[in-house]
Amino acid sequence: MNGLMEYLDMGGYARYVWPAYILVIGAIVLNIFLARRALKRARAAAMRRFSTTGTSAEVPSQVGNAS
Amino acid sequence: MAWTWFHKLGSPPYVYKLAATLTPWFGWIAAALIAYGLIGGLVISPADYQQGEGYRIIYVHVPTAWMSLQVYVVMAVASAVALIWRMKVAHAAAAACGVMGATFAACALATGSLWGGPMWGTYWAWDPRIIFELVLLVQFLGYVGLRAAVDDTQRADRICAVLAIVGVINVPIIHFSVEWWNSLHQPASVMKLGSKPTMPLSMLMPLLSMFLGYVFLFAALLFMRLRAELLSRERSASWIRDLVRA
Repeated sequence: MNGLMEYLDMGGYARYVWPAYILVIGAIVLNIFLARRALKRARAAAMRRFSTTGTSAEVPSQVGNAS
Repeated sequence: MAWTWFHKLGSPPYVYKLAATLTPWFGWIAAALIAYGLIGGLVISPADYQQGEGYRIIYVHVPTAWMSLQVYVVMAVASAVALIWRMKVAHAAAAACGVMGATFAACALATGSLWGGPMWGTYWAWDPRIIFELVLLVQFLGYVGLRAAVDDTQRADRICAVLAIVGVINVPIIHFSVEWWNSLHQPASVMKLGSKPTMPLSMLMPLLSMFLGYVFLFAALLFMRLRAELLSRERSASWIRDLVRA
């Protein structure tokens, strides 16, 4: 337990090291979220444009995996 | 013949499908490399003889700063390709870079500030490299803002491309700022022409892993955003109709 606390303390630099890591991991997660959201919205918009019924519909998975 | 691949990159449906195929591969490679980089940086690498455990911020600060430069270079190159060869896909790729670049430039400044606090005794200094990284952040924000302010996509593409190309001058300034001016930043210890890195391997490996991981992460994010851009830009193109109805 003491070893863990000592590690987390980062030799007294804990209040600088951990926020820096949390910030960067947060930025990575945020970027992944924003990119996925942008793609999802664009897919849904494309689906609506070409929807024969003219109403919003579920986006088929094939749109994202067109290979 | 040798340029066939380049011409193919001008085709939105080809690029869309290629991006869709590559995204998961690049994403998982990025996850593995970044995981090793973070664990290596936090646990495996030894403490620094001067900065103790505090130096571990290097594993998030330096790759993030590199990433911000890398995003800008890709944005500027894509803009140049788009203007020279009138390639619509390249405009879409450049447009996809703005927000990513802004977040990573902001993160580079914030993590640098957290490192500067204990090591330099100040969270902010008017140091050349910090100033020009701040300029880079403003450039990204300006790029995103300008694009949002111009309604006509084609006009926004052209104006933003010129802005991105002109602004690329800041990238070498940031890189060489530590050599050109007196700086609180240390001279280059990894990417130095004509000499080996001055870091020991146990410290260097996680850093390089983070850097490579960021390259793949950026590619995966760019592919996703590029697909979103293409879907909204090509609007009524038949390939999107086929894709949607498949």
